Amino acid sequence: MPAHPARQPVLEAHAIRKEFPGVVALDGVDFRLFPGDVHALMGENGAGKSTLIKVLTGVYASDGGEIVLNGRPVRITGPLQAQRAGISTVYQEVNLCPNLSVAENIFIGREPRRLGLVHWSELRTRAARLVASLDLDVDVSAPLNSYSIAIQQLVAIVRAVDVSAKVLILDEPTSSLDRDEVRQLFTVLRRLRDQGVAILFVSHFLEQIYEICDRMTILRDGRVEGEYAIGELSQADLVARMIGGELAGLEDLSGRHGPHAEADAAPFLRAEGLARSGAVEPYDLTIRAGEVVGLAGLLGSGRTEAARLLFGADRSTEGSVRIEDAVVTLPTPRAAISYGIAFCSEDRKTEGLVGELTVRENIVLALQAARGWLRPLSRARQDEIALRWIRSLDVRPDDPETLVRNLSGGNQQKVLLARWLITDPRLLILDEPTRGIDIGAKAEIQKLVAELAQDGMSVLFISAELEEVLRLSHRVGVLRDRRLVAELPNDGSLTPERIMATIASGAPS
Amino acid sequence: MSAIAAARGRAYVPLLVTSALLVAMFSAGSVQYEGFFSGQVLLNLLIDNAFLLVVAIGMTFVVLAGGIDLSVGAMAALSTMISAWLVEQHGWPPLLVIPLVLAVGTGAGLAMGWVIHSFEIQPFIVTLAGMFLARGLCYTISIDSISLTDPAYVAFAQTRIALPGGLFVSPSVLIAVGVLVIAFVVLHYTRLGRNVYALGGNEQSARLMGLPVGRTKIAVYAVSGFCSALGGVLLTFYMLSGYGLHAVGLELDAIAAVVIGGTLLTGGSGYLLGTLLGVLVLGLIQTVISFQGTLSSWWTRIVVGGLLFVFILLQRLIVGRRKV
Repeated sequence: MPAHPARQPVLEAHAIRKEFPGVVALDGVDFRLFPGDVHALMGENGAGKSTLIKVLTGVYASDGGEIVLNGRPVRITGPLQAQRAGISTVYQEVNLCPNLSVAENIFIGREPRRLGLVHWSELRTRAARLVASLDLDVDVSAPLNSYSIAIQQLVAIVRAVDVSAKVLILDEPTSSLDRDEVRQLFTVLRRLRDQGVAILFVSHFLEQIYEICDRMTILRDGRVEGEYAIGELSQADLVARMIGGELAGLEDLSGRHGPHAEADAAPFLRAEGLARSGAVEPYDLTIRAGEVVGLAGLLGSGRTEAARLLFGADRSTEGSVRIEDAVVTLPTPRAAISYGIAFCSEDRKTEGLVGELTVRENIVLALQAARGWLRPLSRARQDEIALRWIRSLDVRPDDPETLVRNLSGGNQQKVLLARWLITDPRLLILDEPTRGIDIGAKAEIQKLVAELAQDGMSVLFISAELEEVLRLSHRVGVLRDRRLVAELPNDGSLTPERIMATIASGAPS
Repeated sequence: MSAIAAARGRAYVPLLVTSALLVAMFSAGSVQYEGFFSGQVLLNLLIDNAFLLVVAIGMTFVVLAGGIDLSVGAMAALSTMISAWLVEQHGWPPLLVIPLVLAVGTGAGLAMGWVIHSFEIQPFIVTLAGMFLARGLCYTISIDSISLTDPAYVAFAQTRIALPGGLFVSPSVLIAVGVLVIAFVVLHYTRLGRNVYALGGNEQSARLMGLPVGRTKIAVYAVSGFCSALGGVLLTFYMLSGYGLHAVGLELDAIAAVVIGGTLLTGGSGYLLGTLLGVLVLGLIQTVISFQGTLSSWWTRIVVGGLLFVFILLQRLIVGRRKV
């Protein structure tokens, strides 16, 4: 394995082009990957990262260009063929079979056989050896679904690397992992890198990119902006190159934030001893008009579960909710909506948008439902509403007739937000609204939340990113082990470190 | 690690419940009725349900892969019809007719699997169409029952194989058990079998892991087609006739046996042993009711219906707990 600077790239892509109806996703993209490097693929949502990965792994057929593997042009026709050629991928969602054992997930399709039959003991031994070589404490004969997502992801990596140790593509591997799990993942990645595996790493967490990567390629609007060694660009330069200069949103906002004196405003919603057994312990929470309340905590700490009770998505088993001092019951989302509560789920694909409908149709869906089907919105009115929200949220592409499934994650999130915002809610619950979307769209969504609150809307903001929670919220509720352990006023002295300490200790510090 | 042990054990819970049910029913029958407690009663379950077992084995493949096959009853009926027609009315030798019938069944399964895979159509509707087609084809041959008098068929139907202790089974039972053993080896020790489980576990993942999803999907319907045709052949021996109204509702019995045997209808989880137990439970209900003597035969249906509800709820509870 040549390690000198003049080494050959293991994978090269030349002038890759990919079109979808109405969208040019990749336009002449050149890309290369060296053995023994962790290479970051950076870009805003919609810049073409996912599309490029899918072309490299054969999920999409490219409309032009060439892929060269080990100096030889290859035609990649599907994931199986990509694997055989030496390109393996681990996706954001773990793509393994939860019902099979860990060992089988590692070897399925390539099981060791004896006399044509699967050689189970050999399979388990080999799997145990692989898992041990990466210092993982996993019982390989247990079903995969008995392990956490983090472990499942590591199993997926074990499989990918064992299938073909040349090129490993990781698409947002860390978005659902906590800090320790990320550390464990990085240890594994470093070990693989040292073995000469070329790793393509996609993540929205800039710190992680700087921690693990050696080089990066920046995409913008389907084109390559440039390829850099990691030390060449500061984080600010990187962001500027990703979004194309106007680094407006973030700086702006940090000046704008600062808790307003909302303490005297009337409470809009008050939860008293609200709980659901097995999901979240009894908690008290007050949300005032025009106030942004953040919920912080690790994944699985009960953040989402607490919010779902307020929306009637789950029924509470204890406690009560008051809206403007009147005790209400929220048995269903329908009831919550009638009180002006809106809920943007973190799982926008399965719990929100209809991919087969256009942007316009998705935006007017909730409004139409609220009006009843007997009073249809005229087409002209629909167009007007859709265009207005596409403009004000900067949805790209700005054509209301694009199918939502052809949009990138960040733009889908904006469409989902638009749908709820037209119904003019009084309390907007945002569950991880910026998860898996890029920094530009993130800043826009944060800005929007701040503006909405200034206009008097109450917001419950849930996010795994403490900086973001801190930037937006007037008060931060901290959850730990399904219990609301502290409520910290964001009075300027609150720092991510203090929130972390509260999460860690379970008591305000 | 106890959570992991629990997760591992959970896969066997439905199997244990079905076994317990079988033992309980057999014990209750033995206490209640004279002559119930005998090995031959158990063996008769197999003799009377050999064809159902074979068909249910094919169904297990399909259900494990996350699909459903409604055409099996009609395919079995068509098999009896083709056999009787060719042997009785055209004088074809059984040794030629039986392979032909099996080929027709396998071919029909392949075709349905191909349609399901290539056009991404719900298996429910494709196999429903297959069911109508096969039943319809029966009547183009004859609208009446065709009796089989061919000596080879009659001899096969009347043969009893003696076992130690004065017990006996029919050749059909041996065939069914043979199919069970082969199917077990295929499901647990071949790539095809493991791919069936993977496909049922998560089709998208299976595809991204580079498994031959299309081929596997087509294969399970071919297996089911083969099994339903073979079930039809065994039914021909059992009934000694071919008739378009044979095996009405057999597909539902097969699905019931698979579900009572603990295989999840969502695919990916279950065992062939469970299907065997499921078939025995269905058979035992019939036996108990015939021993009872005063209940009419639709009580079988009522009990099967009740059991199905219980088992589907049980599945729900197990799957529900797995999510947490």
